[in-house]
Amino acid sequence: MNKDLLLYEKSRAGRRTLRLGELDVPAADVKRLPKGSLREKFAVLPEVGELELVRHYVRLSKKNVSITDSFYPLGSCTMKYNPVTNEAAAGIAGFRQIHPFQDAGRVQGALAIWKRLENYLAGVTGLPAVTIHPAAGAQGELCALLVAGAHFEAKGESQRKVVLIPDSAHGTNPASAAIAGLKAVTVKSGDDGLVDLADLKSKLGDDTAVFMITNPSTLGLFETRIAEICAAVHAVGGLVYMDGANLNAIMGVARPADFGVDMMHINLHKTFSTPHGGGGPGAGPICVIEELRRFLPAPRIVEDANGYRLDYDAPDSIGMLRGWPGNWGVVLRAYCYIRRLGREGIRRAAENAVLNANYLRVKLNKTYHVPFDRMCMHEFVCNTRHQRQYGIHAVDIAKRLIDLGYHPMTIYFPLVVSEAMMIEPTETECKETLDAFIEDMLLIAQECADDPDKLHAAPVTTPVGRLDEGRAVKDPVLCYTCG
Amino acid sequence: MRPDDRKYLSSHEWIKIDGDIGTIGITDFAVQELCSGNESDLVYCDLPEAGRSVEAGETFGEIESVKAVADLNAPLGGEVIEVNAAIEDHLEILADDPWERGWLIKIKLSAKTSDALLDAAAYEEVVAQEA
Amino acid sequence: MPFIQTTDADRTEMLAAIGVRSIDDLFEQIPAGLRVKQSIDVPEGISENELWAELNELASWNSTAEKGSFLGAGLYRHYIPTVVDSLQGRHEFVTAYTPYQPEASQGTLVAFFEFQSMVAELCGMEVANASMYDGCSAVAEAVLMASSITRGKQRVVMSAGLHPHSLRTVKTYLACSDLELVIAPLGADGRTKFDGLIDDRTSSVVVQSPNFFGALEDQGAVASAAKAAGAISIASVYPIALGLLQSPGEAGFDIVVGDGQSLGVPTAMGGPSFGIFATRNEYVRKMPGRIVGQTVDGQGRRGFALTFQTREQHIRREKATSNICTNNALMALRGAIYMAAAGPAGLREVAEHCLAKAQYAADAIDALEGFERPYAAAGYFNEFLVRCPVPAKGVNRAIDAAGMIGGLAICEHVKGADERDLLLAFTELTTREQIDLLVKTLSSISQTVSVG
Repeated sequence: MNKDLLLYEKSRAGRRTLRLGELDVPAADVKRLPKGSLREKFAVLPEVGELELVRHYVRLSKKNVSITDSFYPLGSCTMKYNPVTNEAAAGIAGFRQIHPFQDAGRVQGALAIWKRLENYLAGVTGLPAVTIHPAAGAQGELCALLVAGAHFEAKGESQRKVVLIPDSAHGTNPASAAIAGLKAVTVKSGDDGLVDLADLKSKLGDDTAVFMITNPSTLGLFETRIAEICAAVHAVGGLVYMDGANLNAIMGVARPADFGVDMMHINLHKTFSTPHGGGGPGAGPICVIEELRRFLPAPRIVEDANGYRLDYDAPDSIGMLRGWPGNWGVVLRAYCYIRRLGREGIRRAAENAVLNANYLRVKLNKTYHVPFDRMCMHEFVCNTRHQRQYGIHAVDIAKRLIDLGYHPMTIYFPLVVSEAMMIEPTETECKETLDAFIEDMLLIAQECADDPDKLHAAPVTTPVGRLDEGRAVKDPVLCYTCG
Repeated sequence: MRPDDRKYLSSHEWIKIDGDIGTIGITDFAVQELCSGNESDLVYCDLPEAGRSVEAGETFGEIESVKAVADLNAPLGGEVIEVNAAIEDHLEILADDPWERGWLIKIKLSAKTSDALLDAAAYEEVVAQEA
Repeated sequence: MPFIQTTDADRTEMLAAIGVRSIDDLFEQIPAGLRVKQSIDVPEGISENELWAELNELASWNSTAEKGSFLGAGLYRHYIPTVVDSLQGRHEFVTAYTPYQPEASQGTLVAFFEFQSMVAELCGMEVANASMYDGCSAVAEAVLMASSITRGKQRVVMSAGLHPHSLRTVKTYLACSDLELVIAPLGADGRTKFDGLIDDRTSSVVVQSPNFFGALEDQGAVASAAKAAGAISIASVYPIALGLLQSPGEAGFDIVVGDGQSLGVPTAMGGPSFGIFATRNEYVRKMPGRIVGQTVDGQGRRGFALTFQTREQHIRREKATSNICTNNALMALRGAIYMAAAGPAGLREVAEHCLAKAQYAADAIDALEGFERPYAAAGYFNEFLVRCPVPAKGVNRAIDAAGMIGGLAICEHVKGADERDLLLAFTELTTREQIDLLVKTLSSISQTVSVG
């Protein structure tokens, strides 16, 4: 029996899972619709019974590697444990069956949680004005750049069109700048892997709108001169934006506001443990200084004598970036997480994230080259310099890890390190898991010398081996029924 | 050593000048960098129409592999007079023979000064630094 | 500490291995002056049972739609088959990352490929992506995509009948571009009047059907007008309606977007949901978002992988088709499971029930004195506008007093709207009893007015 059929291939006319009961009103009279309103050709959807449907998705689920079944040291993605309580909480009817257009008095519980989470994020970052509106980190970046644009416009400084971005930044930074109508200019990294301050200063001027910095950087290094950097940007009248992707390393230990950061986004799906869901949903709240509050998106959650309400009417606001106030389900999970941890737990999470990363680094740095081999934050980057002589690339090591039961680390990012392998263990892993991973990484290094073909052939334990991704582009098949 | 009958850009394009005609392509190193070792990964090449004029340094097209994309820059300016039609469907030519059969466009040069371009030896140094 | 397994003994051993004495030493890179002195302004942590008590208390402050709701306005309460929660809730889907390593992610990738196929079919298009954030941001992305196809054309013509959040979102996205936004007004029948607004400067034309006010637009006419002017036509859809109503593909549209919430996602205060995005094959390279394609492995076995990745921000950076990275994958999975559970017959059945309930309610309301349906002539699907004899807010209070959730008082969200206008929505979950109670409530208002 072929277990690998698509739902469409299992489909048989006449089967289905969803059936409604008898209509309690007269049947619809489609003749009352204007002429031409009806569909001529019905959508071809799979026709499957409930058991086949259940089996299909259960089998698919088993073809995924997830945090729940494996160590997942995917750098920059903070794949920490997603507490099951938070999932269950999102299922409470009072949280699930509510509508943002309901009278505010009827959704006070949701609005309260929303407002409290905003306050907690202000506490973590030190930036007082928060919005949970953006749907994900990239949208948070765009949101902040638009806020900055509105701020400069209001100050009569609309000539500020340049966004300075380090060469180690996530691709979303320059892409967001482009949508915000701003010009992305790259700032070099110095020999120490940190922002090259001289290069930055040479590019600052009265056209500078924003300097976007990821801190800790994508190399897992803290920008030790962050205060000086912020001061230099402020000296020319620019704003500092911090990409909060790596907040997990410093939360509770240091607050971005104290560095001089003016705006930042937070990936609730990284730092605050909401699940990644195979690529979302996320949430990318942004936190800004008081001066920028009036430009934040609307609606905003306002608290007054009658309780909480959503205020859509904010004249200076940049507007909306999506429908509805925000990703409530994600906000709720992050709220649960922060309530459990509290201020002490938040700090402990960061401490253990950094402890785990450094433990892995010192255990692996003799075998794998670590270009910036000093105390790291929550992640570190190594590469295949020592393995290159055997014809081994980062991708080979990643694929071999899959055979050994892991999800691989991030590879080929950041771009400033050739053949990069970026490892982020997170705080929720125990020492035994880290020790086993170390052992397996050392084993792989040995295999690189002894049996490189084994790595080139990996993975062999998965439902499919390495795929011909070139063919997927040159001869695209993107849809089952449209071929 | 790469062919010394032509000039190079540090962004890995070459131009071979024959009278007032310049033939432009990309180097083997460019192909290698795009594919990180797997040449079948080249998937797409966007080239201009004949008749378009390009300036020295201008981006005239794009080449993509599965996981990377690079601008194609004109070493010298001129009008595009011919485009290598074989490339679009046979990107493997670029890997097999980037120097002759893998040319991309021919331009009628608007100026012949190629002093700012790199010779083969200077280009080798660029490659040595990046590798 | 919750969720941390490291013991004091582990910690000591690990610090020794690293070669430092204390945790503080690990943070030596952070200048001392920049570290938190006391502690951050967040409350103390609580236990799991304390959290549940708190959540149950907070949830009780919210009123749910169990006794009936006539509130839709872009976010609809449909029946969600149990399989959707059960299957989507599997940890292997919930706690996986984006499928960048295809061999370790075939589950998610196959599900996305099937999702793309179903969405393309539903929209009558050739290709769909693996989801956007939601319907409103998908409209904005479609407008940006259209402008990259019609380079040089700067006018975006949008119907005033789009969801107000879509209008706001597009305005925000376009604020920093050189595109000019023109809003086409609604005519007396509730349909958009594009007359004279679409010309050869037009990059895209955007219409939503049923529109925000419930009226069915003449989709074919809009698509043709756009085509004649060389503009890209964009349709925003309500997926459930496509079980019955003409697909934008049939009407000739170039890009189809919409919010997928009605396909198995709870209303949940508006998010997360997912956006659908479909187009024609020729525009694939301009499409934003992740796309899954079919290919083979070294042994010729069928497999699936993310494809056309060079469009995306992690490779093309400032030249990417969009800045979108994380999308709403898990919600799209719900959509896929829902569509597969329904099948063509189930989806049609749901759509027919929606229409039947709305028709039953419309007929009853039409019989009431003092209530009108201004856009009746345009036709409706499951939602329509009612002009009440009194302000809509007051009508909603009466419905609330009857234990149900009223409709949308339009004037609260659309500037200049008549304060008497009420938007009422009906789905397969609305019962006859609830509609009868609604009509009774309206009728008592009508009597109060005529007596007064």
